[in-house]
Amino acid sequence: MATFLSHETCPTIKNILMLDSEGKRVAVKYYSDDWPTNTAKLAFEKSVFTKTQKTNARTEAEITMLESNIIVYKFVQDLHFFVTGGDDENELILATVLQGFFDAVTLLLRNNVDQREALENLDLILLCLDEIVDGGIILETDGSIIAGKVATHSMDDGAPLSEQTISQALATAREHLTRSLLK
Amino acid sequence: MAQPLVKKDDDRDEEADYSPFLGIEKGAVLQEARVFNDPQLDARRCSQVITKLLYLLNQGETFTKVEATEVFFAVTKLFQSRDIGLRRMVYLMIKELSPSADEVIIVTSSLMKDMNSRTDMYRANAIRVLCRITDGTLLTQIERYLKQAIVDKNPVVASAALVSGIHLLQTTPEIVKRWSNEVQEAVQSRAALVQFHALALLHQIRQNDRLAVSKLVTSLTKGTVRSPLAQCLLIRYTSQVIRETGVNSQTGDRPFYDYLESCLRHKAEMVIFEAAKAITELSNVTTRELTPAITVLQLFLSSSKPVLRFAAVRTLNKVAMTHPMAVTNCNIDMESLISDQNRSIATLAITTLLKTGNESSVDRLMKQITNFMSDIADEFKIVVVEAIRSLCLKFPLKYRSLMNFLSNILREEGGFEYKKAIVDSIVILIRDIPDAKESGLLHLCEFIEDCEFTYLSTQILHFLGNEGPKTSDPSKYIRYIYNRVILENATVRASAVSTLAKFGALVDSLKPRIFILLRRCLFDNDDEVRDRATLYLNCLDDGSVTETDKDVKEFLFGSLDIPLTNIETSLKNYAQDPTEEPFDINSVTKEVKSQPLVEKKAPGKKPTGLGAPPPAPTSASDAYERLLSSIPEFANFGKLFKSSAPVELTEAETEYAVNVVKHIFDRHVVFQYNCTNTIPEQLLENVTVIVDASEAEEFSEVGVKPLKSLPYDTPAQTFVAFEKPEGVPAAGKFSNTLRFSVKEVDTSTGEAEDDGVEDEYQLEDFEVVAADYILKVGVSNFRNAWESMDPDTERIDEYGLGPRESLVEAVNAVISLLGMQPCEGTEAVPTNSRSHTCLLSGVYIGNVKVLVRLSFGIDGSKEVAMKLAVRSDDVNVSEAVHEIVASG
Repeated sequence: MATFLSHETCPTIKNILMLDSEGKRVAVKYYSDDWPTNTAKLAFEKSVFTKTQKTNARTEAEITMLESNIIVYKFVQDLHFFVTGGDDENELILATVLQGFFDAVTLLLRNNVDQREALENLDLILLCLDEIVDGGIILETDGSIIAGKVATHSMDDGAPLSEQTISQALATAREHLTRSLLK
Repeated sequence: MAQPLVKKDDDRDEEADYSPFLGIEKGAVLQEARVFNDPQLDARRCSQVITKLLYLLNQGETFTKVEATEVFFAVTKLFQSRDIGLRRMVYLMIKELSPSADEVIIVTSSLMKDMNSRTDMYRANAIRVLCRITDGTLLTQIERYLKQAIVDKNPVVASAALVSGIHLLQTTPEIVKRWSNEVQEAVQSRAALVQFHALALLHQIRQNDRLAVSKLVTSLTKGTVRSPLAQCLLIRYTSQVIRETGVNSQTGDRPFYDYLESCLRHKAEMVIFEAAKAITELSNVTTRELTPAITVLQLFLSSSKPVLRFAAVRTLNKVAMTHPMAVTNCNIDMESLISDQNRSIATLAITTLLKTGNESSVDRLMKQITNFMSDIADEFKIVVVEAIRSLCLKFPLKYRSLMNFLSNILREEGGFEYKKAIVDSIVILIRDIPDAKESGLLHLCEFIEDCEFTYLSTQILHFLGNEGPKTSDPSKYIRYIYNRVILENATVRASAVSTLAKFGALVDSLKPRIFILLRRCLFDNDDEVRDRATLYLNCLDDGSVTETDKDVKEFLFGSLDIPLTNIETSLKNYAQDPTEEPFDINSVTKEVKSQPLVEKKAPGKKPTGLGAPPPAPTSASDAYERLLSSIPEFANFGKLFKSSAPVELTEAETEYAVNVVKHIFDRHVVFQYNCTNTIPEQLLENVTVIVDASEAEEFSEVGVKPLKSLPYDTPAQTFVAFEKPEGVPAAGKFSNTLRFSVKEVDTSTGEAEDDGVEDEYQLEDFEVVAADYILKVGVSNFRNAWESMDPDTERIDEYGLGPRESLVEAVNAVISLLGMQPCEGTEAVPTNSRSHTCLLSGVYIGNVKVLVRLSFGIDGSKEVAMKLAVRSDDVNVSEAVHEIVASG
């Protein structure tokens, strides 16, 4: 993993986590050296999960503080999404990143956002993480653009989105998204 | 509360157990990776294998060096495939493997080909991968492409190059700095994110050039920055410029404030919040400047989004610390947040209210908090307790309801940290609000009746012993204390015995009854308890021991004025090297040591003419004392009073490094010059320091101890002694010249030539000041110590200190002038405060205890005034301290 650079004034993301309903990893990406070992990472994930488990973060993104970090999070079905930043970070920027990640995943999984679908399309999720943040610096926050960047690469037949053409897939996905937003 | 939406039926459970990666194993996947080597590549299958590898890495699995290399080489084969999806996975895999330098070469050409590909996705990703794994040498080869990419019309490509630039700036700044022109062009890009990345990079390239940053901010704040993220960056840079330039002294206006204020009307919440936060964090922000920011934050408080509410309440909470009045407008919104689902928000709201609330709202607030306390975690409760403590100190009249609240929560369940916070708060309230004493002590007594924490019980018993006897009816506490002797563990029993003795010593009417209780303790099954009981019985029994009443009280209540670390070192030394003589506590130095041993000791000490070189010292002043007493010329100077920290007399990295330590005796001062020769080709002999004391009239030179030889890199000392009037803090300035004879040394053989050349080397001057005559000795409870001193010795006067940069600077100046020990953390001045009280304690030459109370005030034009109150064992010393300040 790239070394984490401290950019005093640039908004920085420390990690993005996607955990399942028992707090186990589905996909995680750390951009900071705050948790140097896998044990430290797992311990952090565990405390984040326990701390947020009982809250309702299904309609709106929620927020909490842990070990001088700000964590914004959102749950859907059996998936828990987290974005962590330093305690001086603008909370709304973190929330925007979380929303971008969440929207992109929703689009890519064609609205079936649950653990099984996420694992089956893990390649898409990992690419998605790669397109949102690079070494702690935010690359893109618009969910549909992120999904677009990831989806262009799934042209290979047999891949999960193969039955539809890209534009179709995106169109359905957008429709799903708008519907879910209007609900 | 919300119910998780996961369906709990059996059907679902089965499904949840299913995972495409069930039973996955590293060895098997590594085997599978052989498909990468197939001549006919199956892109889909390869993608799947890479996904599995990435899954393993993501779960925390690690590859050995050999495995990683093997996978890496196999993956590089996949560049043959033209499948876009597979290529993307290859990029990811390479980044995860972070190949070593010799491996990077293998993929460089493939990646460079992709960097020039017509497919935007290839270009963008290849840039990110290459920049991630490359080192400086390769970077020069691809620099041309990167510069092009920065201004590429495709925003994804431009962003990829810019972000890579931000990362590379940390490792190879000289290369990235050459790209400023392209980056500057990219700042003007129409694509939002490109603008953001370009601005971040441009600022980092220029961050050490204040003028350039200021220019950048000036031009951009006028123009249009489209992206909200870029706007946030610009706000941060603007605050940085504001911090560095300060307020325009003529008009009182702050440059760029208008820009920040205009950002409060931006359409993106992110930007509004960033601007509001920036305004609240301006140094010395005025109420007028704050108001618009507070207004938008207030709107956020009633947002439906928890993140927004949290951000707003957290910022307001910080503002409330310095400008509580500015936040009071939000109190109504704040109160509704107490019932917020998100407990972080609720806690922040409560603590903010506690800071901004006025006297009349306290009772209502306490009612709301009581309900709230039952359903938050300990960590939040501690925050609330601390807020209540400061509220109570602010409104002492309200102590009744606040004390009741604290005693109620003390009775509820809670962990050690939480209980400790409550007990500490009650103790502080008792100490500072006299009226609260009786009820507070009773609450504490009730608490120890059922307290599971030994530490807290002993703390409370100790406190009870000091405060209880001074109450109107001391007898009512005895029951609680004696219950401890019956019911608790040995540690608590022992401290209960001490507490009983304190009551016995101070309250004559209780004495006979205390005696009965203490006698019972003689049959305790623990040594310590029995010992204490015996000791106290003998102390208190008037007839049997010759000690006077005063001695008894001193023994029971006097605080140990010796730092524990010092006594620990002394005892260790004594135990290592036991003698016939008993350990004498008076031999322990009372000075607080702020830094460890500064003096460097030479390894393999050469004969330096010092007779017997002292063994490795454990503390600086011990070492000094032994060193000095081993020199016959100085042996009759008496007890060393104080040794200063070394003062450097040469610049760093000069030929000879010299520093001086000032040793103060009653009638003498000795300067110890620590010299180091840093030239390998030289040997110095007969080293002395010629001291010119013409600007130090009260001093007369009495002796010199030259240094016979000073070889390369072996520090050694030479001394000069002066006589001075007894007990007077004589001050003066001393100029110094190092005189020596220098001999050339053949570095290959280490032999010195026979003939030396006389030479001199000018050293810097130093002064002996009043602070050198005062020892830093702390007291544990300043108030008690102050009150126990004779008020007749008090001398008070006021001084104008003239214009100062800040209050902090003035306080530090006076502390260092007096050279005394700040007590109870009063040396820390809160930012923005207009007045401050600082407590100092020390021992003046002649072993006279001195306490100083300093009250500072600063007015709008930065004029600082100071009231100095001094108490000491000797009136003359109180006056001397005033003289020090008056002449400083």
